[in-house]
Amino acid sequence: MSDLLLPPSLEGVEMVRSVRTPAHLDYSYTPGRAMSRFLTGLAEKKIRGQRCPSCGKVYVPPRGACPTDGVPTEEEVELPHTGTITTFCIVNVSFYGQGMEIPYVSALVLLDDSDIPLMHLVQEVPYDQVRTGMRVEAVWVSDDELKPTLESIKWFRPNGEPDRDASTMRGNA
Amino acid sequence: MRDVAIISFAQTKHARAITDANEVEMLMPVVREALDGAGVGMDRVGFTCSGSTDYLSGQAFSFVMTLDAVGPWPPIAESHVEMDGAWALYEAWVKLQMGEVDVALVYAYGKSSPGDVTEVLTRQLDPYFLAPLWPDTISLAGLQTRALLETGRVREADLAEVAARSRRDALSNPYALLARDDSPDALLAEPFIAEPMHKWDCPPITDGAAAVVIAAGDVARELSSRPAWVRGIDHRIESQGLGLRDLTTSASTRLAGEKAGVASAPVDFAELHAPFTAQELILRESLGLGDDVAINPSGGALAANPVMAAGLIRLGEAAARITRGEGNRAVAHATSGPLLQQNLVCVLEGE
Amino acid sequence: MVIEYPFSRTTGPVIGAFLTGLREGVVVGIKGSDGRVLMPPTEYDPVTSESLNEMVEVGQTGQVTTWSWTEGRRYQPLDGRPFAWALIKLDGADTAMLHAVDVASPDQMSIGMRVRIRWRAEREGHIRDIECFEPEVGAS
Repeated sequence: MSDLLLPPSLEGVEMVRSVRTPAHLDYSYTPGRAMSRFLTGLAEKKIRGQRCPSCGKVYVPPRGACPTDGVPTEEEVELPHTGTITTFCIVNVSFYGQGMEIPYVSALVLLDDSDIPLMHLVQEVPYDQVRTGMRVEAVWVSDDELKPTLESIKWFRPNGEPDRDASTMRGNA
Repeated sequence: MRDVAIISFAQTKHARAITDANEVEMLMPVVREALDGAGVGMDRVGFTCSGSTDYLSGQAFSFVMTLDAVGPWPPIAESHVEMDGAWALYEAWVKLQMGEVDVALVYAYGKSSPGDVTEVLTRQLDPYFLAPLWPDTISLAGLQTRALLETGRVREADLAEVAARSRRDALSNPYALLARDDSPDALLAEPFIAEPMHKWDCPPITDGAAAVVIAAGDVARELSSRPAWVRGIDHRIESQGLGLRDLTTSASTRLAGEKAGVASAPVDFAELHAPFTAQELILRESLGLGDDVAINPSGGALAANPVMAAGLIRLGEAAARITRGEGNRAVAHATSGPLLQQNLVCVLEGE
Repeated sequence: MVIEYPFSRTTGPVIGAFLTGLREGVVVGIKGSDGRVLMPPTEYDPVTSESLNEMVEVGQTGQVTTWSWTEGRRYQPLDGRPFAWALIKLDGADTAMLHAVDVASPDQMSIGMRVRIRWRAEREGHIRDIECFEPEVGAS
């Protein structure tokens, strides 16, 4: 295409090479039945999961279906606010839309009695002391700030219990 | 070529907004019903293919999450098209032609309620000349409708007939959203919403999902008392440039119809994916379907139009009607892209 | 929830030249394999798929080939005022482009009517450098 022939009016003119194509679109999501129960639970300082009738696993957040068996999960399970870090990363880059100071720790937390870990932040501990197997507990916003959002849990922090052996959590990371 | 048939079909009861279920919760009962209808579990499904669009749900790779509705464990052979589910069925049909699997699950879903679908669909347009102008779907359909009216081949009353018939036929379809008995004259008396478009020229904004099971040869005969055999299937695309095409006809539909063998025997009925009234008339002409062919006995997309599923529903409705013995040879059609840019034609027959 | 897609796209030479033209206040199309002038221009002939390379200037007036009315929505031309969408075949071009025509009511629109470009004062090489089209003064 280097041999593009231009009309006289464009000869010697600097060419446009890129174009702005911004878009912004508004959405109102329907969380669905299972996620609605989970979110309203958070506003009441409760963490609600669901158990699969087929394999018995407890999912949190629940999405209304067992991703393994493809069947509805209707039995609700209220979960403790403690859990174990199954894996984590130390974030050293900031990105669009995120207001955290870096470095910070993002971790997968396997809540006790559940079978799938939840992603959240770990704070109130130096980032280089966070480890797999560390026992943590949820830190909630004050009661008057509780809302139907995962942000009602500010972060997780160590609760002082002895670490769990990571190998006993295999398959759940 | 292997004989491949649609052996099971299920769909949601379509609604303006399904607010009590997310995509997975909406889809799961439909997938289950389609599998049950075929009498198979996921262990017999050799391939799964779906159609949906991320822009509608506002979530990147949203189809990965909806796989929860299927239960992809042990890991399944799966694919996805950012297209109407009819193209997912085409991919599954090709997979069955390869001879390695005998049963495939195809599903599609679209929830238009989270955003403004007429705005969202501008994002499928050319990003340099069209998308920056944000032309909504109704305005674009208006350009096509006026161009068709201008040819003199079609009058506004013909468009009203299409709308009235679709709404009336939908009265016997329990899954349809817009079902009522309106006279064409009453429709013509309604004001324009965007001249030359009346509200009745346009589909209802719809949330919904559909699933289909297809199977090959003797497996189809084993699983269904009356499979709807795919005797021909083809899809064709045209330029996306609106000014590069004759909007009053559909060359891609005509060619796909020829390749699928529409004209090789009489057609009992057709399910045409025409979200706008003028598009049905363009499709009928391009497929050579005469007045003796019943069009959209389900009510068509004018009665329920879950974006990304409405084309697959045409194939499913046509197959289900054949399986019920309400016809023996049908044409099913699906469209994608702006103003009938891309079209799929499928000929279905009983034994 | 608002999702923003803050994209910029590379134009390539043909669309780049078209957008350059808009910035400079001229409109350029491209000659197709059969000598037809395609406007907006395409890199390849839509029928033969041949690579195209001869860009030609077309007129700034033209004819409406089809149109539809709209009450105007956010993001669309003319800032939410009602207007007509139209496919417009510019003089010297053989294919039509989509844009807005600024008229007060649908009664002022017709197929075949003559229109001309209304340029934006500040231009950057974008389809919106054309603010809209307007009826050609003096044309019947």
